[in-house]
Amino acid sequence: MSDSPLVSDAQLDVEHHDRPELRHHFADVEQQRNAASLGMWWFLGTEIMFFGGMFCAYLIYRRWYFPEFASASRSLDLFVGSFNTVVLICSSLTVAQAVRAAQLGNRKLQVRMLLLTLVFGLAFLGIKSYEWGNKYKEHHIPTFDYNVISGEGDLIKGNEHLLGIDKVQNDPVKLRARKAEIQQHTKIFYSLYFALTGMHAIHMIVGVGIFICITWMAHKGRFTPEYHTPLEIAGLYWHFVDIVWIYLFPLLYLIDRKPTI
Amino acid sequence: MFDNFPLWPAAASSHAFWEDTLYIFLAVVCVVMTLLIFTVVAVFATKYRRRHGREATQIEGSLLLEIGWTVIPLGIMMVMFVGGAVLYFHMRTPPRDAAEVYVVAKQWMWKLQHTEGQSEINELHVPVGRDVRLIMTSQDVIHSFYVPAFRVKMDVVPGRYTTMWFRPIKAGTYHLFCAQYCGTMHSGMIGQVVVMEPNDYQAWMSGGPVAGSLAQNGQALFQQLGCSTCHRFDVQGRGPNLVGLFGKPVQLEDGRTVIADEDYVRESIVNSQAKVVSGFKPIMPIFQGQVSDEQLNALVAYVKSLSQAPAGQAGTPALAPAGTQPQSTK
Amino acid sequence: MATLAVSEERKNYINAEYGIRSWLFTTDHKRIALLYLLSITAFFFIGGFAALLIRLELLTPAGDLLSADAYNKAFTMHGQVMVFFFLIPSIPAVLGNFLIPIMIGAKDLAFPRINLISWYIYIIAGILYIHCLVTGGVDTGWTFYPTFSTQFSNTKVIEAGLAIFISGFSSILTGLNFVVTVHRMRAPGMTWSRLPLFVWSHYATSIIMLLGTPVIAITLVLVVLERALNLGIFDPTRGGDPVLFQHLFWFYSHPAVYIMILPSMAVISEIVPCFSRKRVFGYNFVAISSIAIAAIGFVVWAHHMFVAGISLYSAIVFSFLSFLVAVPSAVKVFNWTATMYKGSVSFSTPMLYAFGFIGLFTIGGLTGLFLATLGVDVHVHDTYFVIAHFHYVMVGGAVMGYLGGMHFWWPKISGKMYPEGWGRLAALIVFIGFNLTFFPQFILGYLGMPRRYWQYPPEYQVLNVLSTAGATILAVGYLLPMVYLLWSLRYGKPAEDNPWKATGLEWTTSSPPPTFNFDETPVVTQEAYDYENMPLPEEVTLER
Repeated sequence: MSDSPLVSDAQLDVEHHDRPELRHHFADVEQQRNAASLGMWWFLGTEIMFFGGMFCAYLIYRRWYFPEFASASRSLDLFVGSFNTVVLICSSLTVAQAVRAAQLGNRKLQVRMLLLTLVFGLAFLGIKSYEWGNKYKEHHIPTFDYNVISGEGDLIKGNEHLLGIDKVQNDPVKLRARKAEIQQHTKIFYSLYFALTGMHAIHMIVGVGIFICITWMAHKGRFTPEYHTPLEIAGLYWHFVDIVWIYLFPLLYLIDRKPTI
Repeated sequence: MFDNFPLWPAAASSHAFWEDTLYIFLAVVCVVMTLLIFTVVAVFATKYRRRHGREATQIEGSLLLEIGWTVIPLGIMMVMFVGGAVLYFHMRTPPRDAAEVYVVAKQWMWKLQHTEGQSEINELHVPVGRDVRLIMTSQDVIHSFYVPAFRVKMDVVPGRYTTMWFRPIKAGTYHLFCAQYCGTMHSGMIGQVVVMEPNDYQAWMSGGPVAGSLAQNGQALFQQLGCSTCHRFDVQGRGPNLVGLFGKPVQLEDGRTVIADEDYVRESIVNSQAKVVSGFKPIMPIFQGQVSDEQLNALVAYVKSLSQAPAGQAGTPALAPAGTQPQSTK
Repeated sequence: MATLAVSEERKNYINAEYGIRSWLFTTDHKRIALLYLLSITAFFFIGGFAALLIRLELLTPAGDLLSADAYNKAFTMHGQVMVFFFLIPSIPAVLGNFLIPIMIGAKDLAFPRINLISWYIYIIAGILYIHCLVTGGVDTGWTFYPTFSTQFSNTKVIEAGLAIFISGFSSILTGLNFVVTVHRMRAPGMTWSRLPLFVWSHYATSIIMLLGTPVIAITLVLVVLERALNLGIFDPTRGGDPVLFQHLFWFYSHPAVYIMILPSMAVISEIVPCFSRKRVFGYNFVAISSIAIAAIGFVVWAHHMFVAGISLYSAIVFSFLSFLVAVPSAVKVFNWTATMYKGSVSFSTPMLYAFGFIGLFTIGGLTGLFLATLGVDVHVHDTYFVIAHFHYVMVGGAVMGYLGGMHFWWPKISGKMYPEGWGRLAALIVFIGFNLTFFPQFILGYLGMPRRYWQYPPEYQVLNVLSTAGATILAVGYLLPMVYLLWSLRYGKPAEDNPWKATGLEWTTSSPPPTFNFDETPVVTQEAYDYENMPLPEEVTLER
């Protein structure tokens, strides 16, 4: 841990005077940057624990209700989901480029990269809304006319073997019971799906808000090679939200994409 | 207030002794440790109290002491752990040939069903010396079946079965408590476990109401729920006399007249305020949520039976509460 | 003693600026600490009032004071207010906020604005909770177990859950601030091994706050969603599992109890050496014990669930780990006791609270072993034994530490001395009242009286009456300091910089300190608790 070298208060005053972004309780810009960075890393740690609770619930129920989870997962649009993943990864790339531009002192490039980041971020959210709209139409959103055993959102068609429907086909009582179970257990998948992607989307929206401010600050020329801490730590946050998605995507979309037997 | 001032619960199951022994061992260790700390602190505080001219001696620490007072407590704790684990293992491993009793918990009552056929509500009769295994589930929220005298407890969870077992060793009547907060009448979800000598238990099993006679179940409920306190048959109680009521017209407070049919009886139990009988105060408790549909059926059947001729139809004799003479009323 | 004209005019953090705006928009960690002090005291009264209702009701076996529903709301709100709005913030947000920067030689915490935001978040959460309280309340028990909380309770579960969810962020931000401050803001020469143990303990506390609180946050979100949208995640009739909730809930709520006790231990680690005039015995071991408690504390949660239907084998594992977590706490108690050996002990008010803490925390911690012991836990789980155990550690431990700390640093915070005689009397009353309130509950618990019982069988009455009698004495003990501490603000003797002649950077600055804590950045060259080179304080007499 860096113990700051012995700096007299007179020297400190000079530094504070020259560097208006240096806050009074820090000895130098380096300390301020380290503090901000460490703070953001710890905050991201708390976010991991936050999502962790839901991941834990997801893992347990997936193990209990694998067939239902797998069939519900298959109903998610793989192409759209993958495309969205690429969009988000690109946005992380542009964030990293923006930080690099700041390190190089290139204001125009910073702003361009940040604007691109916002575009990608908003595109992600837009595509997500489109996906959710589809889920609504298919009656896959819990509490909104939820129905997976018939109609547009029928999950059984094409998944009979996976769901064990073929075995109880001929016994109406057992069939009805199994369908009721499928209805309930897939609902747990979708509840967790919307909770997880919803929580992720909220974090994305916050991220977009933060980056609008950051873009404005960059536009005003506030970031220099010596000081671009807000951009850096906002970038950390954005990368984290990206990584959460990279975990969510396979867990939600890729449970069992083997061709159906 | 001072009539009954126990400081130790009755020990009525086979493993209560081991539980108490372990508890006492822990208590002794804790008392010793506590007294040790209290004494040492007191001694140090007095012996080394602030005095002029006497300075404190700076001591950094002692690795030996640190190791000592880490390892020794750990050792004692391991003894506690093993004792507890062995007892717990025993408590969670029911003997193979235990008699089974099914328990259904619901807000706020216990329904028990012996495999021999007996049904009980809030009461469990068991014979001395026989292993009993309870297979329990809940109809609504999480409850917990707790018999302090047996030193056993297990949560009763909706959607699955949990089990526990015990072997009673001493006849007597012991508390049954719900030990997992479950709503308004959590503290009213209590009952008793009646441990009987084997002969008495046999007598109870064969003599008591057999499951299947709805009216007889209703009669038992009528007592248990306290209905007979107000609806008396011998003198005018605070509530209407129910003998001969069923099927007859009833005048209500608000001037209406209704026929005392099944719906009326049922409604009067779940929401007595809806139709108050003329001349009576609206003081009957509301049993909404406290009696199940099966119980309502039993109570209705019982009230019905109070209007049947003494000779009665086959299988449903007119039943009067024990110890009272039914008086015929119009 | 005549007040010196110089010290009166001297600028400190209190008289630096006047006006309500200068307080509500401050970023000075010391002012924020006082903002917290006012708010948590208010909640202490609310939680205490609920306790009063409970103990009054329990004077008689029958439920004759409150309705069953009202009683259920009373104990729920007592628990929620005391845990989330009093105990968890108490020492960290008041004493931690005030002292940590000064103790490490910094001008402020790493993120002063976030510090202020954390107080506002706490206030918003508190207002939401009070709104919930006055518009109907909540009756799920502080533990919110489904399916009662998600489906069967008819009270304001969602509002209460949201309020506590929001309060969690206050906790997280406080923890964040402390961790970064300790890592990055130490003055030159202040190495980790020279840190006061107060800081070590708060560091460990902060780790728990950071890693644990988010889990209860998400758990409450799931409960709120389930209740609002009828989801079924915890509903067994729809494939869900109510025991899953218990795992998620206790994953935070067990470490939470260490959030509540570690700061108190932090205070004791400062008081005992000062009033024994010696360095703490086994500094390294006490420091590491704090970290060990935090770490092991994360893997013992299911000892709250031994009879919940978990598997036999997982119960055995959790029991074993629960015994392990007791060891570092015991090590601390032994080290504090050893600190007094060959010391020069004085019986000032803070030291009396420290004695009380050591005794009561020992009992509380030892009775925890009963609960870790599987076979015994089956009998005493969900009975008054558990209630007695956790009040011994939380009240006998945490609250006594809090009071001791408030007295110890009162001169530093306010610039005034409190009246010593009253201080000692109050400490004694608290100790006596506390034991009378909670010791009978151990007996009640083993007898079988379950928790959360509005009415109870008559044979439990005598012990309940004793308990209520103790509670009234305890209440007096709590009211006294509020009165005389307030009194001292106006009439107390002005305090010198270092009235206790204690070591620690906070005592090198004025009482109260200036806004930026130090006129010059200190350079640390001594180990902590260097009492060898400290003169004795003036005799602490029983002045008015």
